Amino acid sequence: MTSNSIDQRRIVRLDKERTHNIHSTDFPGNYPGENLEWNLDSFKQACSIDINSVTNEDCEFDLIGVDPSIANALRRVMIAEVPAIAVENVFVFNNTSVMHDEVMAHRLGLVPILFDANRLEHFEKGDNPNDQNTIVFTLQVECKRKSNVAPGETNPDKLYENHKVYARHFSWVPQGAQESDPIFTQNPPRVAYPDILITKLRPGQALDLELHCVKGVGQDHAKFSPAATATYRLLPTVKLHKPIKSEHAELFRSCFADGVVDVREDENGNKQPYYVNPRKDTVSREVLRHAEFDGIVELGRIRDHFIFNVETTGSVQPVDMLPRSCAVMKNKIAAIRDGLNVIVHGKQDEEEEGQEGQDEDMQE
Amino acid sequence: MSTLINHERIDTDVKEFPTKIELVDGYSNDLSNATFKLFNEDHTIGNSLRYIIMKNPNVEFCGYSIPHPSEPVVNLRIQMYSGLSSVDALYKGLGDLENLFEVIQNKYSDQYKQFKQ
Repeated sequence: MTSNSIDQRRIVRLDKERTHNIHSTDFPGNYPGENLEWNLDSFKQACSIDINSVTNEDCEFDLIGVDPSIANALRRVMIAEVPAIAVENVFVFNNTSVMHDEVMAHRLGLVPILFDANRLEHFEKGDNPNDQNTIVFTLQVECKRKSNVAPGETNPDKLYENHKVYARHFSWVPQGAQESDPIFTQNPPRVAYPDILITKLRPGQALDLELHCVKGVGQDHAKFSPAATATYRLLPTVKLHKPIKSEHAELFRSCFADGVVDVREDENGNKQPYYVNPRKDTVSREVLRHAEFDGIVELGRIRDHFIFNVETTGSVQPVDMLPRSCAVMKNKIAAIRDGLNVIVHGKQDEEEEGQEGQDEDMQE
Repeated sequence: MSTLINHERIDTDVKEFPTKIELVDGYSNDLSNATFKLFNEDHTIGNSLRYIIMKNPNVEFCGYSIPHPSEPVVNLRIQMYSGLSSVDALYKGLGDLENLFEVIQNKYSDQYKQFKQ
């Protein structure tokens, strides 16, 4: 159950009161005689991904062999820069509910909308809404008294019709070409969770709203963030310098969370603990508190083994989060490269390139 | 119905900058030492770019800072050995980082195909 085979440089060691070997050292010049230059082929060898579980709400995958700066960039992009669709403008034609227009608009903005954001253009400041950049829903609900109610009835469900406004009352209104576009008609825009309660009404109160949804990023407003949570942690390890004594086996097991360590008994009645599932380890460091294990146990985490846990609001499928984050990163890199080209070659070159492009089009 | 209404978007935190990247005054004539200002960027690109540029053996030093937390600006400092150009190192870094994310994306889609089976 030792992890001696793992390169010591890959382990962040956890002591009673402090952590050791925290920083990445895989840079050229750090270790004499070693070539730690960036190399795509060796990265391809070292990097691996394991997908552990996938549902409509969350997914867990391991990203192995990358630097923390890369894993953290992906996590940050998932939270703040993967685009999603949300209600941005609410036009209130009638609102006689007790909820103020602006509070209502804020609540409506937070309802996750299920539609592929890649299919919609960005709505920039000053743009006019059109069928390429805006999805329109209406929310028209009127509360009425039910007939034939027993006298003395106090249950609002029995007394009133439509007294609860839910996200399921959103109804999509196709705009322009959206009506015949298979992207829209085969999988029409809808709310991710129909049971979200938006407000309550009483007889005589009504809502008549038009909701304009646009594409945006979490950086701008949290309602655009598809990530409910996006976290990673490092895979825990335990290293033993000596075998655990039989009489300490049960104590050793009890130092870890359930399912991390189990105890095996051989034919002579000797108990020997063995590692079952390091993922379940909470790294409580309880084992370091016992004198019995002094100098025997070394706790650590693997520096480049990231266990990602991504939950989404439903506006983007959890499995799509990593590829989309990579795509966002590549776009950012391309934007910086374009900017650098402008510094290096000046603006004129860019214009010339543009003209060349036009010529090609003309020839076609 | 919607033609009646003016759709001006009021708020956005993304400031408009005229350029994406700028050279900060004080760079050496051969561009071996230079600080680049990246606009509308943060730790996401700053740290990952720093990492990949540090993997270049011609780079003596690379670091980044965000001078003020409420300004979306990253300062990226690159110092080169033996008078090489920091601009080339930045180009190489951008290319390497792009390849890195390409690899991750491909590995993930391969794994997902396997996972579905």
